[in-house]
Amino acid sequence: MEANTRSTGRLPAAFLTPGSSSFLDFLGSHAPELLPGGRSLPPVQGAVEIPHGTTIVAATFPGGVVLAGDRRATMGNVIAQRDIEKVFPADEFSAVGIAGTAGLAVEMVKLFQLELEHYEKIEGATLSLEGKANRLSTMIRGNLGMALQGLAVVPLFAGYDTDRERGRIFSYDVTGGRSEEHGFAATGSGSVFARGALKKLYRKDLTEQQAVTAVVQALYDAADDDSATGGPDLARRIYPIVTVITEDGFRRLGDEEGADIVRAIHERRLQEPDGPRASVL
Amino acid sequence: MSTPFYVSPQQAMADRAEYARKGIARGRSVVVLQYTDGILFVAENPSRALHKVSEIYDRIAFAAVGKYNEFENLRIGGVRYADLRGYTYDRDDVTARGLANVYAQTLGTIFSSVGEKPYEVELIVAEVGAAPEDDQIYRLPHDGSIVDEHGAVAVGGNSDQIGTYLDQRHRDDMTLAQALKLAVDSLGRDNNGGERRLTAEQLEVAVLDRTRPQQRKFRRVLGGALTRLLESGAAEAPASQDAGADEDSTEQE
Repeated sequence: MEANTRSTGRLPAAFLTPGSSSFLDFLGSHAPELLPGGRSLPPVQGAVEIPHGTTIVAATFPGGVVLAGDRRATMGNVIAQRDIEKVFPADEFSAVGIAGTAGLAVEMVKLFQLELEHYEKIEGATLSLEGKANRLSTMIRGNLGMALQGLAVVPLFAGYDTDRERGRIFSYDVTGGRSEEHGFAATGSGSVFARGALKKLYRKDLTEQQAVTAVVQALYDAADDDSATGGPDLARRIYPIVTVITEDGFRRLGDEEGADIVRAIHERRLQEPDGPRASVL
Repeated sequence: MSTPFYVSPQQAMADRAEYARKGIARGRSVVVLQYTDGILFVAENPSRALHKVSEIYDRIAFAAVGKYNEFENLRIGGVRYADLRGYTYDRDDVTARGLANVYAQTLGTIFSSVGEKPYEVELIVAEVGAAPEDDQIYRLPHDGSIVDEHGAVAVGGNSDQIGTYLDQRHRDDMTLAQALKLAVDSLGRDNNGGERRLTAEQLEVAVLDRTRPQQRKFRRVLGGALTRLLESGAAEAPASQDAGADEDSTEQE
């Protein structure tokens, strides 16, 4: 019967079975080999050198949220790529930034974008922001086997909640554990330094422009102390990717806009290499 | 063992076709027509929840008449087919032609397999190209054939009469407002030559708009935007060709 339906070119039964609005569920039942989590890894000796993406930061401001990432991918002590893109739109009102194994992470983002789009087309409505965050959680959990073998993917998810009318940030661990972050968050190897910087710079009442500047400052500080995080490359004109999500939707800062902010920060850092100072008390 | 009652294959197929056609003819029609910036879909459909026109992929949309549960299943199958194909290859590799072929095979197999009830549906699969000459419109009747259409096409209850009306008046260089007016006029014609005026509440309108900056070109024209577009179409004299242009950028879905 199965052979027959294939030979006629007819859509297989799995395509016409009503029920799930999830592309992941469909893949799981129809073509599980295409799911990243469905693969088994051969046993490996020692660490495998594969490109890793590094630092992602996010901060909310009244009316939206900023999500930004540096551009470096490292492979051991080698810079694997200096212009990698690690922040992607997930749909019109959300974005995802990824740290960890670059290849897997890009695949996961592609699947996550498709999952949201698929749901939207089948249902004729978009998922709630929490719903999207939960789907991402499921995907990361599916990757746990690989994470334990060193191929971890740790994203940061940010979006504008159209019901609550504010920007929100969700962070994850390798087991898919999700927690909402209030104010600001960071992930990846440089996240410790970035979070420290943001802690001193962040205020609840930042404007969009100030929030953008603050996250770029944080990335600058991360690159200052973490060798796996890339600072702005003024010579090659490679700047961090900065995205802003407001009630108007997702927007990625243009090259010129990003360059202006980076140059302004760089100019100030020529006088004060450690960046802006917070008061002691 | 009793001998089964003999029915000639011709008769059996004719009966099945008759059954499917009757089912389709009961429903209200959908018209699909090309205009300068894309492809317009208009259905007479008072329901806000059960759509006859839907998005399949970046440049591809789907319109159907007939039995809702049957074409809804085909629509979901089409979305899954397109998303899977785009995921395995690339977004550019999802084409209306491929999708129409899969639909034709599916409908054809169901139509000719004796154990199954033929689907009482007629589908349209359309893809908007970079230029009007790249637009593709395929009509898929209940028996699994594919008809490559150009300009304007109608499916459903009164499709012959509506189709003739459209063919006589459709031009490829129509603005969105003009095309919408023509579509609504054609849908308002009934079998015995009478005319009804369809209002915005009775219409489901969507476009595949090639000028849309986003990757996904499908957009529903809803509420106030639809009312304004209907008004501008009605007010527009045939002489003014570009008055509808700024109406094209009406609000998003």
